[in-house]
Amino acid sequence: MAGRSWWGMAACLFGLAVSSVAADEKVDYQRQIQPLLARHCYACHGPDRELQENELRLDRREDALESAITPGDPSASTLLERILEDDPELRMPPPASKKPPLTDEEIDLLGRWIEQGATFTEHWSHQVPARVAPPKSGGWSRGPIDDFVAARHKQQGLTAASAADRRTLVRRLSLDLIGLPPTEGEVDAFLADTAPGAYERLVDRLLASPHFGERMAVYWLDLVRYADTGGYHGDNDRDHAPYRDYVVEAFNENLTYDRFMREQLAGDLLPDRTRRQQIASGFNRLNMTTREGGAQPKEYMAIYAADRVRNTGSIFLGLTLGCCQCHDHKFDPYTLRDFYSMAAFFADVQETLVGIQKPLLLLDPQQTQRIHDLEEAASAAQSLLDGESAAWDAAQVRWEAEEERSTELVWTDPAQLQIASQAGNTFEQLEDRSLLALGDRAASDTYVLEMPIPPKGLSAFEIELFPHATLPKQGPGRAGNGNLVLSEFEVWRDGERLQVAEAVASHSQSGWEIAKTIDGDEATGWAIRPKIGQRVTAYFALAEPLAAGAEGNLEVRLRQLYGSGYLIGRLRLRTTDAAEPLEAIKPTLPYKAVYDALAQRSDGRTDAEKKLLRRHFRGIAPETEGVRTLIRDAGKEKKTIEESARRVLVTMAREPRVVRILSRGNWQDESGEIVQPAIPASLGTIEVAAGKRAGRLELANWLADPQNPLTARVFVNRLWKLLFGRGLVNSLGDFGTQGTPPSHPELLDFLAVEFVESGWDMKHLLRQIVLSSTYRQSSDTAEGQLDEDPENIWLARQGRFRLDAEMIRDNALALSGLLVSRIGGESVRPYQPEGYLAHLNFPQRTYQADQGENQYRRGLYTFWQRTFLHPAMALFDAPSREECTVARPQSNTPLQALLLLNDPTFVEAARALALRILEQGGDDDRAKLRYAYRRSLARDATDGELEVLEQLLAKHRDHYRNHESEAAALESNGLWQTPEGVDLVELASWTNVARAVLNLHETITRN
Amino acid sequence: MQNHDPIMQAICRRTFLDRSRVGLGAAAVWSLLGRGQVAGAESKRPGLIEPLHHAPRAKRVIFLCQAGGPSHLETFDYKPKLAEMDGQPMPESFTEGQPIAQLQNNELRCFGPQRKFNPHGQSGQMISDVFPHTAKLADDLCIVRSAQTNQINHDPAHTFMNTGTQISGRPSMGSWITYGLGSESENLPGFVVLTSVGGGQSQPIAARQWHSGFLPSRYQGVQFRSTGDPVLYVSRPEGVAAGPQEDVLSAVSALNRLRQDATGDPEIETRIAQYELAFRMQRSVPELMDISDEPAHILDLYGTQGGDGSFAANCLLARRLAERGVRFIHLYHRGWDHHGGVREGVAKTAGLVDQGTAALLTDLKQRDMLKDTLVIWSGEFGRTPMAQGNGRDHHIKGFSLWMAGGGIRGGMSWGATDELGYHAVDNVFHVHDLHATMLHLLGIDHERLTYRFQGRDFRLTDVHGRVVKPLLA
Repeated sequence: MAGRSWWGMAACLFGLAVSSVAADEKVDYQRQIQPLLARHCYACHGPDRELQENELRLDRREDALESAITPGDPSASTLLERILEDDPELRMPPPASKKPPLTDEEIDLLGRWIEQGATFTEHWSHQVPARVAPPKSGGWSRGPIDDFVAARHKQQGLTAASAADRRTLVRRLSLDLIGLPPTEGEVDAFLADTAPGAYERLVDRLLASPHFGERMAVYWLDLVRYADTGGYHGDNDRDHAPYRDYVVEAFNENLTYDRFMREQLAGDLLPDRTRRQQIASGFNRLNMTTREGGAQPKEYMAIYAADRVRNTGSIFLGLTLGCCQCHDHKFDPYTLRDFYSMAAFFADVQETLVGIQKPLLLLDPQQTQRIHDLEEAASAAQSLLDGESAAWDAAQVRWEAEEERSTELVWTDPAQLQIASQAGNTFEQLEDRSLLALGDRAASDTYVLEMPIPPKGLSAFEIELFPHATLPKQGPGRAGNGNLVLSEFEVWRDGERLQVAEAVASHSQSGWEIAKTIDGDEATGWAIRPKIGQRVTAYFALAEPLAAGAEGNLEVRLRQLYGSGYLIGRLRLRTTDAAEPLEAIKPTLPYKAVYDALAQRSDGRTDAEKKLLRRHFRGIAPETEGVRTLIRDAGKEKKTIEESARRVLVTMAREPRVVRILSRGNWQDESGEIVQPAIPASLGTIEVAAGKRAGRLELANWLADPQNPLTARVFVNRLWKLLFGRGLVNSLGDFGTQGTPPSHPELLDFLAVEFVESGWDMKHLLRQIVLSSTYRQSSDTAEGQLDEDPENIWLARQGRFRLDAEMIRDNALALSGLLVSRIGGESVRPYQPEGYLAHLNFPQRTYQADQGENQYRRGLYTFWQRTFLHPAMALFDAPSREECTVARPQSNTPLQALLLLNDPTFVEAARALALRILEQGGDDDRAKLRYAYRRSLARDATDGELEVLEQLLAKHRDHYRNHESEAAALESNGLWQTPEGVDLVELASWTNVARAVLNLHETITRN
Repeated sequence: MQNHDPIMQAICRRTFLDRSRVGLGAAAVWSLLGRGQVAGAESKRPGLIEPLHHAPRAKRVIFLCQAGGPSHLETFDYKPKLAEMDGQPMPESFTEGQPIAQLQNNELRCFGPQRKFNPHGQSGQMISDVFPHTAKLADDLCIVRSAQTNQINHDPAHTFMNTGTQISGRPSMGSWITYGLGSESENLPGFVVLTSVGGGQSQPIAARQWHSGFLPSRYQGVQFRSTGDPVLYVSRPEGVAAGPQEDVLSAVSALNRLRQDATGDPEIETRIAQYELAFRMQRSVPELMDISDEPAHILDLYGTQGGDGSFAANCLLARRLAERGVRFIHLYHRGWDHHGGVREGVAKTAGLVDQGTAALLTDLKQRDMLKDTLVIWSGEFGRTPMAQGNGRDHHIKGFSLWMAGGGIRGGMSWGATDELGYHAVDNVFHVHDLHATMLHLLGIDHERLTYRFQGRDFRLTDVHGRVVKPLLA
């Protein structure tokens, strides 16, 4: 160990740096040291155990003190020695790590921190929040929130902005709390209410509005990744809308947040759970799922498990657990084991790993009763139909006699049949004269069956394919899956090809119809899936039957060219001389087995054949029709009820799957240790009785524990973001060491504690924030505020931000008066450009825009197609909801401009708004223009603004007067029809005025 | 805007110091920075990387994605040994412990190559008979026969090819590149996507394949469509002629400007600029899509009359986009998923892409643009040497792709699979290596093109990727 002298030397070297900072100022580990160590050292000396070089960890005090740091003595600390090392081979961080070397200031800081005792404090978000008494402040403050904010203003030398005017406030509050603009009536009422408490009354009215829940749901659904489709591959529809309605209701009813979490994570496990709590548990089913053929269930089991861990971490805790799927977190104290232990909480969730997710039908009690009654009636009728009945048996005897007469087609085995295989296969003739292929099969082959022309002549061939125990999957084919492909069926007479007129079969695989054996195309053919292991029959009629007495030899060539051994395994060839042979066969083909049974003499039938015949007869007999109708109608009614019922994916618990640690996230690795459900070890443990396993309910209870340092902070921070445009912790999704620390830590903790102590009361929290002076400030930045605090970290003004995609739509529809404000229900389909879903397949999608009221519903209800989200949502930054989204980006693109200008939704809204302006705006143009501004922006237009619009109006009146057909053509934008008697030229001119207003930056901005 | 410059500088400095700030402040800043781009006046090169990490060899990329997974064994990877083993069981030493898609639990048998191969060009590269046009340009192609990917199903495999991971929410390569380099076009987006279909089962393609992920949305790929509006909502509404539409736009700009003066909101300035760009796009997009100014010999070269949404028409549009400064042009042809009938299927799909592909290379060459345009031809994976009926299943351990132009050495082959075409065994070329090499050609060090998200610096190549120098001219 080097002597004390080197530290003095270092201090000399960096003299300037050292002296420029007050040497006795206390170094803050959280703010100054931890980020520095994380940046330069953690990559090798952090929480990731796999990478700990020399087993040195610098993120935990006890490890660091063991060898690298001597508290109070920088010169005895190897940490500094290695950083200051002359030898580049030994100097930290080494060049190979590609980490930046420490600056002089950083080294000085480290030295002083060690000198001051090298205190490690826990990361701020891991300490349980504590209520701090707010600093006293002056008259501006309305309460603790403002006190905390004012203290920061003072520190930063900022002054709070003046309060926004009342028009701005009513629009701001309305957009923030219900996501809709105020009507001009609501604005006027608020302006007219000059009694004390007017603002509070407004807030309370909005918090009580049923649209409050809709507005909050927009954000919550981003977090939980709610969508209407599966997201992978064919992106097929899934049933989730009732869960969305639950979220709206929960916010409207002000469900406490602890209960809200509990119902979603474990609603199905609650004692005496209600139907609604079960719907809430659909939360666990919101992950992306696949139905892609060839996807491996085991792989997707791992994918879904990882999805739930990542998203649960983000949604409730602001953690970035995703890193730990493959390795310990590099910066935060979370491990690979933590990740899979978290996954184990969800190991009891029933789901289809690859395929269709089965929904729960939401039937009301009457429907449930009716279905029960129908099932009972149908079952009684079925017993009758299957039971003993002398009358029906007598009728059956008569029927059999008739049918036997009508199916007297006789199939004869050929006299001398020879079979040869071009590929050299051999065959064995079995007792029933069928031929079984033996030996190594070729990829492709042609079987040639040779026979003399039967003396009675020949009109058709029958090829019967049989299963056999020696064939793969019992055959009748030789391919690995029991299938076969007959590419071409040919008949030759003494070297001359005979024409086959028609072919029919008892069954053909879809796309592999029997007719393809006689189409002359070798690339097509007949196959028989899914009738693997069953008898299948095909019939081939000659175009010109061979008459009795005709002489010569016949060759039947069964050409099987598909490859890969798709060859016939066992067959029998027979012939008939009947006239029009296929006409007799065709009607019997769907009931092949029945007619085979009929063909037996009645005393030679097996029991199974007798049963089959009876069932068939009773299924068609006029005598049984009454009973059958009853069964059929009951089934139909049941189906109708079930189809009308809403469907929803919910969580149902099953025996938990075994969860193993997957090293490097590799799902094929089965060697990992089996883990039990547990929260990340660094956050504590969940206590359960001995032998009991913690489950989703215990996880939810732990989240809702007042001692949980993260849950409340994360949530209040997100509500704050909704009301100011940025969080107190700006990294809303990362409360770990790599996230940004809170700008107002005491305020964040105050709100978190207040939230918990209020009993997790969401409306209480929101109310407190919006009543503050901080919230009521103006957002203007015309006086250089952007210079002082460009990102508005210190809140000396309100935020100003673009509306969310849903609300841009809602706003336009509300202003136009077209909005249908019904709450809840199935998702809806607004107008969408044709062909937008063309890249989807399995199945191909055709988009049918909603026709009636559903065309005018709020954006929240838009059908959320994950792979191709509706462009009006996607272009304004709504996420596809494949993953938890904590904050949408706010882009500003030309495609948004094109959408607002040209999307029929917005043009239609402009048409309706124009009519409203014409009818309610007042007598002259100026009054109407003023009305347009008041209605759209809740403020008066300036003279300058009025002039711009007046010019536009005048010019367009002129234009449309000369182009009346264009005015009429405007009508085709949207389904809404202009009432009779409206002057279309005038309406068109005002429509373009309304379009201009709807396109304003201010219209889509909350300020 | 002159008076805002100090503000901009202040904001830019802060933002570049800490790009993790994704709140309103950062969004406004991105817009402010974007203004330079859309106004097109101030900035030399509007990308993030200034100066480039090294001298670039390519200015733009045209990625010809052959979606569905073309069989390497019927196109670029000649395997006579596989022909010998046709119909015989696939040796277990190849397949044991390997991920398998639809052939799970099936008997695995070798399936010989279904097409004829011949050497082409002076380089003598082996190419099958399904690409008569492309084969003539063999000396321009660098054929990689040792490609590998991680994902065996279509959807995740595309996501992996485009973003370097199968987890959704990450930016696609076109977004990374426009983020790093910006666009050179004042009237068109920097990242454009064109799609076509035909020749085989057409697997779905999700919009996430051209999504910007956590990068700002303006780096997202914009799809140019062959039916309906070429760009969503680019056409004026019924009943609004060009003049009145321009009037509305002017009124919006004038009103926005008045509001900006009153509130000092710099975001309004951006909004105005975006409306101006939208206005220009209403002209530039139809002008781009209208190929009536192309002479007959060019149409003949591509074998298209245009306007039909075919791959050939998209190749012609790709050239027009390249000429107009678009940075990343991504073509998808959905039609290579030949689980059955691979012999005819590959020929059929190849017949739809071959001439257009060759025409694009030839056309770029004759305009002297191939030298700085990197053209990449690749599927999301290859296909099994084992039969699935008379087709082949998905395969990720070895497949073929090629590159041309933009600093790539033509007339060479790189890497090889084993004798049955299963595993890439020689000079394995992982998707991450493709990304690293592509970025290198554009003047970008793939380890230094990063974006901080959720506390971590993300890269297109994650923690992998090597620049494969022998491929460079």
